[in-house]
Amino acid sequence: MIRLSRAASLLAALCLAAPAAAQEEVRIGVIYPLTGAAASTGLELKNAAQLAADLINGTDKSLGLALAGAGGLPNLHHAKIKLIFADHQGNPQVGASEAERLITQEKVAALGGCYFSSVTATASQTAERYGIPFLNGESSAPNLTQRGFKWFFRTTPHDELFVRNSFEFLKDLEKRKGVHVKRIAILAENTEFGTGAAALQEKFAKENGYQVVAKVLYPPKSTQLTSEVQKLKAAQPDVVMQSSYLGDAILSVKTYKDLGFLPTALVANDAGFNDSEFLKTVGKDGNGVISREVWALDLAAQKPVIAKANALLQARHHVNFNGNSARAFTAIFALADAINRAGSTRPEAIQKALRETHIPGDQLIMPWGGIQYDATGQNKLGAGIIVQVQDGKYVTVWPFALASKDVAWPLPAWDKR
Amino acid sequence: MTQILLQTILSGVLIGLVYALVAVGLTLIFGVMDIVNFAHGEFLMLGMYASFWGWALWKLDPLFTLPFTALGLFAVGALLYRLVIRRIIDAPMLSQVFTTFGLMILFRGLAQYLWSPDFRSVEHTVVAGKVAFAGLSFGLPQVTAAAGAVVTTGAVWWFLRFTRLGAALEATAADKEAAALMGIDGQKMFALAWGIGAACAGVAGALLSATYPIFPDVGASFILVAFVLVALGGFGSVTGAFWAGILVGVVEVVGGFLWDPAYKMVLVLSLYLLVVWLRPQGLLGKA
Repeated sequence: MIRLSRAASLLAALCLAAPAAAQEEVRIGVIYPLTGAAASTGLELKNAAQLAADLINGTDKSLGLALAGAGGLPNLHHAKIKLIFADHQGNPQVGASEAERLITQEKVAALGGCYFSSVTATASQTAERYGIPFLNGESSAPNLTQRGFKWFFRTTPHDELFVRNSFEFLKDLEKRKGVHVKRIAILAENTEFGTGAAALQEKFAKENGYQVVAKVLYPPKSTQLTSEVQKLKAAQPDVVMQSSYLGDAILSVKTYKDLGFLPTALVANDAGFNDSEFLKTVGKDGNGVISREVWALDLAAQKPVIAKANALLQARHHVNFNGNSARAFTAIFALADAINRAGSTRPEAIQKALRETHIPGDQLIMPWGGIQYDATGQNKLGAGIIVQVQDGKYVTVWPFALASKDVAWPLPAWDKR
Repeated sequence: MTQILLQTILSGVLIGLVYALVAVGLTLIFGVMDIVNFAHGEFLMLGMYASFWGWALWKLDPLFTLPFTALGLFAVGALLYRLVIRRIIDAPMLSQVFTTFGLMILFRGLAQYLWSPDFRSVEHTVVAGKVAFAGLSFGLPQVTAAAGAVVTTGAVWWFLRFTRLGAALEATAADKEAAALMGIDGQKMFALAWGIGAACAGVAGALLSATYPIFPDVGASFILVAFVLVALGGFGSVTGAFWAGILVGVVEVVGGFLWDPAYKMVLVLSLYLLVVWLRPQGLLGKA
């Protein structure tokens, strides 16, 4: 009986303590695909975001980023950041309803996520309706920042820049190595991300004088990609430009190999091709794949903070950062920076602080000029790089000033990888 | 052009045979006891993981562990019947739907919890490389998977058609009360149907493990097609599911190639609608 009453009083104490504790934390909702076909990517993003929050809440200043080791947000009496994760399962409707739940029930001060452009589109709509700041770190569909939203901000460059980059890369390569590219085929999954990227690729290809010999869109949950690959094969392209998520990226590479399809180069549009699971699963068959990226470990040679941050993630999860998780990590820092400057968790104050954001490039683990949003909420200082898989690792091959290795061209034969 | 067309048709047949094997298990369960098993894709997932762990832990090839995978999944199916399905056999359809749907979520959740959402794959399988002849090229693992699917589907068909136990199962499917009066133990037959159904999906999983990435939600990609096949071939008809599998595989791959791959499922589902409209009992179903 005594034990019971003690338990009861403990419980009462906890209940009383709860509101007091709540004031000392800043609640941020983060929505990722934690179950479903993209769950492994979602988990990586979640781990990276959590690492960022823990670094800000902790006292270890060795990383050298302004808020890392601050012991919480200095301007809010060192309030700790609490990330509340939600799962959108890759489904735009679920993303929107989870955003609503986080806002109305979890009372979050701001939202982040959602990796899938299609889900970011709907979840940010909910945030816009409630007037809650939404900071997106890793969705690249261009139209997300072209909707005239007042509460939506994006740190990552979008596909227009990335696609322009891939064509600049091809042009540079033609100048420098004398390679000859004429025929381009486009393969993309048919949700927001893939269709948007494919449309841009088609536009840029025409502007740059290339011939688009095939444009193939497919549903991402396909059990086979035989017809898609046959279409590509029949079009005989020099370069395949591909936008795929993880499962379909793996399936496509296996199908290329089985059907003996070998273009001169495969230029991928990040996403599945840069997921940590991709190379683990396809192994040697991934060698030679070129992809646009925003981050690579070998950039550490010029930016030591990259190696330091990566060592922290390695210690915790035994995995390297990749372009996706590095951006998720960066988004939390960018959001924390704004909330700290706002000195409050009021949405209007955070929105104002976000608009006034100016984080210099040396405060990021990205190879960017920094973070500063334009009137649409798009970071205008972002930049992209191009990586290639060489000997089972992603190495930076473009821009040539940042490159650690030379581009291997053309793709090696399937049995010589 | 004819060569590419021939290539796509045969590729369609290969994947279609695997679809058929997944659907055979589903149609058997449905035919025998009128229960729609939404967790059927998860049997496939379990089969894939069984193959993966056999390979990862003991370096055993999925083809070698296949009989054990089949037996293991048979046990899972039969046990699931004993523990769960038996209780809802006379329940309203909605309860049955919720139960199997719940099992689907449970299995996916368990797989993600136990084995993480990481994509896995079996490398260096005994059967690897490709066969090429007359300008056509097929992955050997796909050919093996299709052959395995034919053998397994054939075995199920033979069992139902030519063994006493199979006849008893068919009798229960036709009329469970009458079968019970003839001394056939309905409970045993139901458990048997679930066991065989799960084993078929498990074998399909094992056959696919050499070519398809393995992750907790992998069943979702295959289950929609399997449902289409069950209805298209005729509810409960094993031969119907078999031919429907080939048909759907060919329509999907060839249609996607000739038209637009973004609409390949539209073609499959249109075919399904057409058949169900003209012949509601399905291609080989009994009215």
